[in-house]
Amino acid sequence: MSKAGQDSRRRLRGMVRKEWLQILRDPSSIAIAFVLPLVLLFLFGYGVSLDAKDIRLGLVVEHMDSRSRDLAGAFVRSRFFRPHYYHDIQSAERDLTERRLDGIVWLRHDFSRRLQQPGGAAIGVRVNGTDANQARITIGYIQGVWFGWLEKYARAQGRELKTPVRLDHRVWFNAAVSSRYFLVPGLIAIIMTLIGSLLTSMVIAREWERGTMEAMMATPLRIPEVLAGKLIPYFALGMFGMLFTVALALWLFDVPLRGSFVTLLGASALFMLVALAMGLLISIVAKNQFVAGQIAIIVTFLPAFILSGFIFDIGSMPAPIQVITHLVPARYFVAILQTLFLAGDIWPVILPNLGAMALMLLIFMAIIRRRAHKRIA
Amino acid sequence: MNALLQVLALVRKEFLALLRDPRSRLVLIGPPMIQLMVFGYAATFDLNDVPVAVHNADRGALSRQLLARVEGSPAFHLVAEVDAEEALRELINERRAMLALSFDPNFSRDIEQGRSGRLQAILDGRNSNSALIALGYLRNILIDFNQGQSLRQGGPPLPAVLKLRAWHNENMTSRWFIVPGIVGLLLLVVTLVVTALSIAREREAGTFDQLLVTPLHPWQTLLGKSIPGLVIGLLEASFIVLLAVAWFEVPLRGSLGALYLGIFLFLLSAVGVGLMISAISVTQQQALLGAFLFLVPAVILSGFATPIANMPEVVQWISHLDPLRYFLVIVRGVFLEGADAGLLIHQYWPMALIGGIALPVAGWLARHRMY
Amino acid sequence: MPARRVPNAAGSDVAERVLQLQGVTRRFGSGETATTALDGIDLAVRRGEVTGLIGPDGAGKTTLMRLAAALMLPDEGRIEVLGIDAVAEPVAVQSRIGYMPQRFGLYEDLSVQENLDLYADLQGLSPARRAGRYDELMHMTGLAPFRRRLAGRLSGGMKQKLGLACALLREPELLLLDEPTVGVDPVSRRELWQIVYRQVREQGMSVLLSTAYLDEAERCDRVALLHQGRLLGMDRPAAFSKPLAGDCFALEMPPGISARRLQRDLQAHPAIADALVEGEHIRVVRWPDQPLPTDLLGSQGPALVFRPVAPRFEDAFIRLLRSPDEVPPPMPQVGPASADQGDEVVIRAERLERRFGDFVAVKGISFQVRRGEIFGLLGANGAGKSTTFRMLCGLLPVSGGHLSVAGHDLRHAAARARAHIGYMAQKFSLYANLTVLQNLRFFAAAYGLHGRRQNERVDWALDNFELRPLARRNTGVLPLGHKQRLAFAAALMHEPQILFLDEPTSGVDPIARREFWARTNALAEAGITVLVTTHFMEEANYCDRLVIMAEGEVLAEGTPREIRERARDPQHPEPSMEDAFIALVAAHEAAA
Repeated sequence: MSKAGQDSRRRLRGMVRKEWLQILRDPSSIAIAFVLPLVLLFLFGYGVSLDAKDIRLGLVVEHMDSRSRDLAGAFVRSRFFRPHYYHDIQSAERDLTERRLDGIVWLRHDFSRRLQQPGGAAIGVRVNGTDANQARITIGYIQGVWFGWLEKYARAQGRELKTPVRLDHRVWFNAAVSSRYFLVPGLIAIIMTLIGSLLTSMVIAREWERGTMEAMMATPLRIPEVLAGKLIPYFALGMFGMLFTVALALWLFDVPLRGSFVTLLGASALFMLVALAMGLLISIVAKNQFVAGQIAIIVTFLPAFILSGFIFDIGSMPAPIQVITHLVPARYFVAILQTLFLAGDIWPVILPNLGAMALMLLIFMAIIRRRAHKRIA
Repeated sequence: MNALLQVLALVRKEFLALLRDPRSRLVLIGPPMIQLMVFGYAATFDLNDVPVAVHNADRGALSRQLLARVEGSPAFHLVAEVDAEEALRELINERRAMLALSFDPNFSRDIEQGRSGRLQAILDGRNSNSALIALGYLRNILIDFNQGQSLRQGGPPLPAVLKLRAWHNENMTSRWFIVPGIVGLLLLVVTLVVTALSIAREREAGTFDQLLVTPLHPWQTLLGKSIPGLVIGLLEASFIVLLAVAWFEVPLRGSLGALYLGIFLFLLSAVGVGLMISAISVTQQQALLGAFLFLVPAVILSGFATPIANMPEVVQWISHLDPLRYFLVIVRGVFLEGADAGLLIHQYWPMALIGGIALPVAGWLARHRMY
Repeated sequence: MPARRVPNAAGSDVAERVLQLQGVTRRFGSGETATTALDGIDLAVRRGEVTGLIGPDGAGKTTLMRLAAALMLPDEGRIEVLGIDAVAEPVAVQSRIGYMPQRFGLYEDLSVQENLDLYADLQGLSPARRAGRYDELMHMTGLAPFRRRLAGRLSGGMKQKLGLACALLREPELLLLDEPTVGVDPVSRRELWQIVYRQVREQGMSVLLSTAYLDEAERCDRVALLHQGRLLGMDRPAAFSKPLAGDCFALEMPPGISARRLQRDLQAHPAIADALVEGEHIRVVRWPDQPLPTDLLGSQGPALVFRPVAPRFEDAFIRLLRSPDEVPPPMPQVGPASADQGDEVVIRAERLERRFGDFVAVKGISFQVRRGEIFGLLGANGAGKSTTFRMLCGLLPVSGGHLSVAGHDLRHAAARARAHIGYMAQKFSLYANLTVLQNLRFFAAAYGLHGRRQNERVDWALDNFELRPLARRNTGVLPLGHKQRLAFAAALMHEPQILFLDEPTSGVDPIARREFWARTNALAEAGITVLVTTHFMEEANYCDRLVIMAEGEVLAEGTPREIRERARDPQHPEPSMEDAFIALVAAHEAAA
């Protein structure tokens, strides 16, 4: 081992050790690297769900007889509803207005009689459309119960229900249709962004603020060593965050991992590098923690949340915004994560996304290489 | 009189300090505009142009008719028609299609002969929410198609049909739900950042000590620190409400009085929380981090994007501490449901309570924070 | 070597120069805010010498240090360090120098040992040599018992020594120290100089050191005097003061004459370049070939007796930077603060104590301040003077003891009681984004002045503190000296009876400091009580009475004269305040 190589390794080791000690001793590092990820994990694992359950349904049965009771019973038995009976529509509608109900199913007093008549019976359905997503899900469930009851009713009459088209649907990859299955894996991208971009940029800005960067720069330390000294500890921290999230996802939240773990590890490593590169870029622009933090939140964290496909479907966004999403590295990683966890190693999905991340990494690294120098101003 | 003049001087100083600093000006204008645009357009659960792949082994006309209806809907977009059912699997796997339809070879014949034609739908569940919504859209098309078909064949109509009415948001547009929510989100972000930084900035610069040794009463200082947040919040709120109505065309059905009462109380609670964060922070960086640590859970637990009712009991309970939770009900209630102040009373008082507790606590902390 | 010689003149051996700057210019910013930090500097540091870079705040010292450490690129000119081109090969330069930036560049959340390890790694000190070098440095700096303590928990003096130890780890050929003595107590300063000279003597190390303390100039082998980006001169310290021979005097105080008033009158005299209260006499520097104003006290008063003394570097500095036709600044016009000028005690501290967790910052101190006095709290950073000060102002609750200010405990007093005090915070805290005028208006309003009264006071401040030309400038961009004037004016808007001044002269150049003290004296003359903290020992001479603090205790209380007297011994026949301080600390440590 040459003297120069040995010195270089020693400098790097010193930097990495220093960084570790600082992470463990600085409360704001701990807040970003440990507290916030945990809070997010539990919020998304337990708290946040796009699925409707326990829908508060008002069942207005104006005249109770065997048929109306039968239909109402179908709603009561459904696991999606928490029904309340009403005798008149006015009181139910009032409760809907006052947000004590999410929806109403209204069986008029002539319901049973009209069932027999040519025109058929009209079942009134009211939902609170304010939350359009929830309203649509509620309607879907009501339709399901209604259709099931129609079939049963037809059989009771001794005939088949005649529906010209019979739909048989299957939801692949997520048969239970649980939103947790796609939210929790997506969180890995958010947590790695927090550590790689927000924490890293703030930590570097802090060194500028406190004058330690100046002291460091005046030593024989070389630029690649400075960069590696920052990259290695935060890379390790980010990967640790990833492993922790995966462990919780698999064993606490029962999310399946259908792809291979090695692929997940590789993709995560690549994304972590991209996130770190963004953090380094931010810290080149911003030399105080305050500005670095703000830029990191606006440029990396918010887009990773909203523009990555983590919650909102990218395909349904307006075209200009879809174009912008291509600049968000988390977009590619979220696509890989959702596929890896729920579908498996589907290379036609994974490879192009890996390629896009690699390209971004190269561009970021080239800019960093050009812009990073051992000069103060 | 004199006391009020002193408060006025404080408020003036606060505004000058805020508006003469390019950095703070940016905080006031940049993030709100970005978020309004991004949330207004990107944050939607409505689906457009869902990519659909089809395998049609049926030779008849009815499958064509049904497909035409699917394609005619703005929600769906036919991307591939394949010969083998196997190919559908690949299209779904590779995310080139979110919905795959496969018609039975005897689809048309079965229907014409009075039996049911079989149609299979496969949905990509990687985003299960989108999958469910797409399924909903497809079902609606089918129900419509079935009724028309039954009628044409002269068969018996369905004994009972659903007469659907979505209140407040007849077309169930997500944007109507999200955009009013942005009013709350942005107000929280802006007021929290403005107030969280205000004391911390002075502490960092050392001017807070200067303030403390002046004959200003604690309540004057507190008032002087709160009013700018309130005024800026009210201005931004009015601006966003205007944009929501004029640009995003969300209907404003309720009374403006009820809305502004809500805005005021919400701002009061946000200012209180912001000042509390500021009072315990020594540097602006800590204040920013504190605001961020409060904001993220506050937004997630508010019901902004996902319903509170779906959360576990404990989490729902925690969400009662979140002022945004109440404000979102108010703003959506006034915008879409035409709610008045009486209907929203149970949303008003918790915010007033949060503000009423947080502000004095902030005042106390600001004076007693140790170094 | 001749006593006077221009170092950059041809003929001197190139190999002797460890640092050479030729025509170095460095600018910052662009457009309206553009400033020239360094303007065509030619300078050389010789091997084996300690070169002092002296100049007030904003003179360009730090920029020059950073250029020498190859941390910055010059806009024009050449920089050679140890024969290496610093622009082309920064790393080669950095492998051979030691550099300590301002605030010492320490990782505060790392322990002393961890900081040493880090810098040893970064500088490539081989593991075999570490243990020995660590022991040597820790012994030299006296940090050996604190190796496991976090650097952030060290006192200012200890941080400074740790920073120095980190820069010395690999025995650099050239040591660059940027303001190593700012905010550090005299004992630590003295120790730092000892360590530095030991390196020079034993290792043949060359040192470039910047400082704002003029008395440190005389400790250097050679001094480069920097002012507003230009090099005013570079020479041995004695060479600077030599032209002043015969122009420096000590004026014994005639009995019954107020030293402050006499000094003020002297300063205003056209023949006098500088007048400074110093112990029992006033130090006077006259302009060349000017007659001494022996009849200053008028025909009735006693004639003044000027005794010639040897010139000092500071005298030269002041005379270099001042011009003879300069109009002395106006003194604040204040009405008599109170009719009774008696010995009324206005500030009283009894067994005052302040704890932070286990740490006792102030250990039961007692003192009294009487009306119209200038009372000083002296001590190094961390001595507890700021904590005491903050308790007096009501900014920090006391843990024990009793205090009253004008009959109130300001912590609990009605807001009205605070209307009688003026407060000037450390670092001259002002609203940086507001203009000078907006700041003044705000503080006037905060003190309850409105309408015409406010306008009057703002006008008063603008005129008396020479702020009118700056009225519409943003406060944040003002030089420190101007900020100090503004902060001082802001504290006086409401004509307070008692004035609290926290480190009012820190970082301010000697001329601004003189103006500040002249104003403060005028206020005290008018009966205003002034409580002031400072870490400049020589400023103690402006105080009527003072306490010297260390480690939260009062080491001495009394008039400046009484305190100096305590240090009189054969070695120090005429002890300075700094000698007294060092003797007190030594006695305190011996007792502990």
